[in-house]
Amino acid sequence: MPKIGVVTFPGSLDDRDAQRAVRIAGAEPVALWHGDHDLQDVDAVVLPGGFSYGDYLRCGAIAAQQPIMREIVDAAGRGLLVLGVCNGFQVLVESHLLPGGLVRNDRGTFVCRDQRLRIENAETAWTNEFEVGEEIVIPLKNGEGGYITDDETLKMLEGEGRVVFRYVDVNPNGSMNDIAGLTNERGNVVGLMPHPEHAVEPGFGPDTPAAMRSGIDGLRLFTSAIGSLLARV
Amino acid sequence: MIVVEVMPKPELLDPAGKATLGALQRGGHEKFASVRIGKRFELTIDGPATEQALAEARTLAEDFLANTVIEDVVAVYVGGAEDEMDEFTEVIAGETH
Repeated sequence: MPKIGVVTFPGSLDDRDAQRAVRIAGAEPVALWHGDHDLQDVDAVVLPGGFSYGDYLRCGAIAAQQPIMREIVDAAGRGLLVLGVCNGFQVLVESHLLPGGLVRNDRGTFVCRDQRLRIENAETAWTNEFEVGEEIVIPLKNGEGGYITDDETLKMLEGEGRVVFRYVDVNPNGSMNDIAGLTNERGNVVGLMPHPEHAVEPGFGPDTPAAMRSGIDGLRLFTSAIGSLLARV
Repeated sequence: MIVVEVMPKPELLDPAGKATLGALQRGGHEKFASVRIGKRFELTIDGPATEQALAEARTLAEDFLANTVIEDVVAVYVGGAEDEMDEFTEVIAGETH
């Protein structure tokens, strides 16, 4: 069974939910600690949502300097699968594993809603069980989720198919080109603002036409990663 | 003490500044046309602020204190207590990027 680590920083909120999602998807969750250098031989890592270090300095900036992140940046370069959700996405950007930055929502308020997304890249390690153009609904909850970058980088991201998720119907935070999530060149690192780990279990996900809270669209990110890992062996 | 000043890039929307401007205008201060909110870091060092310390602060400012995708380092300079400012303040890097 693959082992997927979930890092806890001071101020992480969704680390337990991410562990639960990993378990439901069929892998073994491993709790990783921000102050350690030890990745405990995990096959993949999830950087969970929350408010690491109280969002001091900039969201994710201080977490990006922690010992465990040095290890994750090195290992990502060797192909370790890494998923950053919300604050985890901000940590990936501050670690330079993904380009650009995330700024305060253009509407000036925290936004919490079930968000429709379109899959734009179904070849990453975390999205290979989706189809390009498929739409999913997972929760979104952030105050600083507006994705920005310079024009040249934006052109590169679009040209190379590195936008993985795009907001549909509503752009909740003013993100450029409705970008909700990105991948790196190799496709092993993915970051997104919405929360797949909150849509993995019937009864606790977004509403669907079939039944209240039955949405489990987030689960396939985790099963995609597990499939990628098993395919490697 | 070394002071580092960071501002959001001018071309980006600054929602905090915009909300503050709204409050000013509602309060009757229409003469203020815009508000932008930045950060000031005061880095205290033991002993004098050497060129070496300033160089280190400049590097830190660009690499860590600011995210240059979204912010500009507008100034890095040696500062002191309020009453010493005029005498000792030396603007080292005041250019806007």
